[in-house]
Amino acid sequence: MNDFIVQLLEANGYRKTRLLAILRAIQATYFHIPKEAITLLSRLLGLPVSHIISVVDFYSFFHSTPRGQYDILFSDSITDHMQDKQNLMNYFSHQCQVGIGQVRKDGRVSLDNTACTGMCDQGPAALINGYAVPRLDRPKIDLIAKLIEQELPLAEWPETIFQVDDLIWKTGLLLNSRLEPGESLLAADARGLNATLNEIDQSKLRGRGGAGFKTALKWRLCASEPEQERFVVCNADEGEPGTFKDRVLLNRYADWLIEGMTLASLLIKSQQGFLYLRGEYLHLFEPLQAKLAERRRNGLLGDNILGKGWSFDIEICLGAGSYICGEESALIESLEGRSGIARNRPPYPVTEGYLNKPTIVDNVETFIAAAHIAIQGGNWFAAQGTEQSSGTKILSISGDTPQPGIYEVPFGTPISAILEDCLAEDVLGVQVGGPSGTFISNREFHRRLAFEDLPSGGSFIIFNRQRDILEIVRNFTHFFADESCGFCTPCRVGTILLSEQIDKLYDGYGSVGDIVALQELGHLLKTNSHCGLGQTAANPMLNTLARYPAIYQSKIKFPHFGPGFNLDEALQAARKIAHRDDSEAHLSQSGD
Amino acid sequence: MTQTFMLDGLAIPFEDGQTIMEAAIAAGHYIPHLCYHPDFTPYGSCKLCNVNVNGKICTACTFPAMEGQTVISESEEQNTDRQRITQMLFVEGNHFCPSCEKSGNCQLQGVAYHLKMTDDHFNHQFPHREIDASHPDILIDFNRCIFCALCVRASQEEDGKDVFAISGRGINKRLIINSDSGQLHDSELTVNDRATHICPTGAILIKHTAYQVPIGDRQYDHHSISEVSMEQDSSAP
Ligand SMILES: Cc1cc2nc3c(=O)[nH]c(=O)nc-3n(C[C@H](O)[C@H](O)[C@H](O)COP(=O)(O)O)c2cc1C
Ligand code: SF4
Ligand code: SF4
Ligand code: FES
Repeated sequence: MNDFIVQLLEANGYRKTRLLAILRAIQATYFHIPKEAITLLSRLLGLPVSHIISVVDFYSFFHSTPRGQYDILFSDSITDHMQDKQNLMNYFSHQCQVGIGQVRKDGRVSLDNTACTGMCDQGPAALINGYAVPRLDRPKIDLIAKLIEQELPLAEWPETIFQVDDLIWKTGLLLNSRLEPGESLLAADARGLNATLNEIDQSKLRGRGGAGFKTALKWRLCASEPEQERFVVCNADEGEPGTFKDRVLLNRYADWLIEGMTLASLLIKSQQGFLYLRGEYLHLFEPLQAKLAERRRNGLLGDNILGKGWSFDIEICLGAGSYICGEESALIESLEGRSGIARNRPPYPVTEGYLNKPTIVDNVETFIAAAHIAIQGGNWFAAQGTEQSSGTKILSISGDTPQPGIYEVPFGTPISAILEDCLAEDVLGVQVGGPSGTFISNREFHRRLAFEDLPSGGSFIIFNRQRDILEIVRNFTHFFADESCGFCTPCRVGTILLSEQIDKLYDGYGSVGDIVALQELGHLLKTNSHCGLGQTAANPMLNTLARYPAIYQSKIKFPHFGPGFNLDEALQAARKIAHRDDSEAHLSQSGD
Repeated sequence: MTQTFMLDGLAIPFEDGQTIMEAAIAAGHYIPHLCYHPDFTPYGSCKLCNVNVNGKICTACTFPAMEGQTVISESEEQNTDRQRITQMLFVEGNHFCPSCEKSGNCQLQGVAYHLKMTDDHFNHQFPHREIDASHPDILIDFNRCIFCALCVRASQEEDGKDVFAISGRGINKRLIINSDSGQLHDSELTVNDRATHICPTGAILIKHTAYQVPIGDRQYDHHSISEVSMEQDSSAP
């Protein structure tokens, strides 16, 4: 182990900021992070043992006890559930003789759940040793079970198992564009860098990650910081359940993204960029590295770009299973090799970001839009969309539609038109912008996709009338509780309490008081949490409670009081022991 | 010209770089808090000091004071939220006050009294947390930790030792100790360290000192936390 770790540290230049990459390699080799490894890392990197333990503890892909040689994680997104995930997972559990949440005795295989893997258009999905496996069905599971029994290394498995498709159904302004490598950089140079920033300003481009901050303003603020060292960070964490458009962009339009980041580096005068890639997209890591290498060879990255004396390079950093790391300041913490805990603001990343230097953090789609605007000009972009939301938005559409995948639509498009595009029928409601966004009912389909009305980072999940609202809310609420970083009290404790309350309702033990309590708790989380996660964690419940009070009402079993459990059911074990099940052995509760 | 902001209708002077909390304390106004301590870098985790700043909720301990701000702290709304947040801290851990030797000297309890908390409101989580009694002079009962990181900061910033860290995520957060065994006796912590004395709850206790002052004669038995804390916080450098 000693040699392995020393080599690993050498490959990573003994940089503390590379801790996640180092731990990922250790986890992949030893199927966990052994204690000795932590002691060694601590000594060789000069980091306290507790720092390393806290990072291992924080990310869901790191484990302090061994996982199986084949570690299988089933995606737990609501869309996976809609695609028969649970039955398939049980089937897998049976075929591989491994319990859910367990490691098989021989250590060969382990099975568990993980948050949405970004494969909602081709679910149900799983990760095997970090690599995405979409479109699971029984034959595929049988095959996987066989390969595991044969102990065949992943590299020798049929490639079809890992085949991820780019399902693009509708293209628009951006996806119909063309861009020759280097074209936007030359265009920016010809126009002048400041004039190019003005074009981006004129395009009225707003960040595509959800919050919608004006991109040109952010870049200007960063460029005007006195500190000379600045960083460009691409947020490719894409953790919002139901979002996968960045996955497609990273796979198919990596050139455009790298170009956009390079353009940003010219505009803010930065020499170093980072691409923070969510761990679930491990399959994109090598292709992206190859793309960076190709661009370095072609003089589009590295020193003296296009012979113009510009210098900029990009490092890819992989996440390790944590939704909160999509929040920009938590992402920066993670880039620095720490747990993903959102920072206090101010200062904002544009003034104190990576290593406390001015940093811009932007979504994949934002950089791509900027590259095209540099070529086509601001008006080209501003001509589409609405007053406050220019251009188009790339949506990841999943759920109850015969055509899940990517759709590019102009901002301002009514939801009804989007539903028509993807041939959705009998729709009950749509989760626009993912669980942290807005759940709209079928009476609101005239509403529009726009920052003025329904903003979205790209997640668009469709539910038909057969779906159970409470089950959807339950899935989303548990997601937030699992992903809370736990830093602040309202979110750390509140998301758990919220999950418990919703489970109680779902299981049929709710009372009127519980609904009042839900509302109160939701409001507390929204207003008092430290960051966007806690502030939006109650949205699924609050949104649906406002729209479907009758559904919540119908779940109330005990209108007058609310026991935390069903006493009669709790006596089941006692009845079994006593071998009686007559009416005298049952309790009746008020409200029955 | 001195700069001011409005706190609950009163003009509060401040200097550049001061937080709302610092300016309020300097002017003699108490804002409830647990993770804030004037000697250490503000952290902002407990959210008890949440105040309404121009319509937005911000942590007074980290948010900079600015000219013209309107800050509301002592409203019914703020205090109700604070009470709920305190109740969350109680149900998250295992706080059996009557059997805790810190009772009466505990800031968590003091804040609860101040906010007129009479019950726990939420369901108890009853987590399983071990006790570390390995150190000859110091005891840690993790059941009472509220993850305020004051011990972490005191050890780093004043003792220069880095004995503690907060690990894990979500409701599984835990306080860990920086030593090979993970146990306190193996760490560099001593009874004279600032970190040993900073804990606002009964999580870090000094052995052989319990009940020297009888319950009933302790700090918050006779003084409200607003008085105690204003006295202590404003005497800090
Ligand atoms: C909990 C949370 C998760 C987030 N996840 C992402 C994400 O996966 N991708 C993203 O681009 N932005 C995400 N954001 C928004 C970022 O904080 C930030 O606003 C965005 O990266 C800025 O880029 P933009 O201006 O290009 O949108 C998230 C925010 C929060 C609060
Ligand atoms: S709101 Fe949640 S995720 Fe954000 S800091 Fe608080 S605990 Fe962490
Ligand atoms: S042990 Fe005490 S001081 Fe340390 S984090 Fe827990 S509550 Fe705070
Ligand atoms: S005192 Fe400000 S958040 Fe704890």
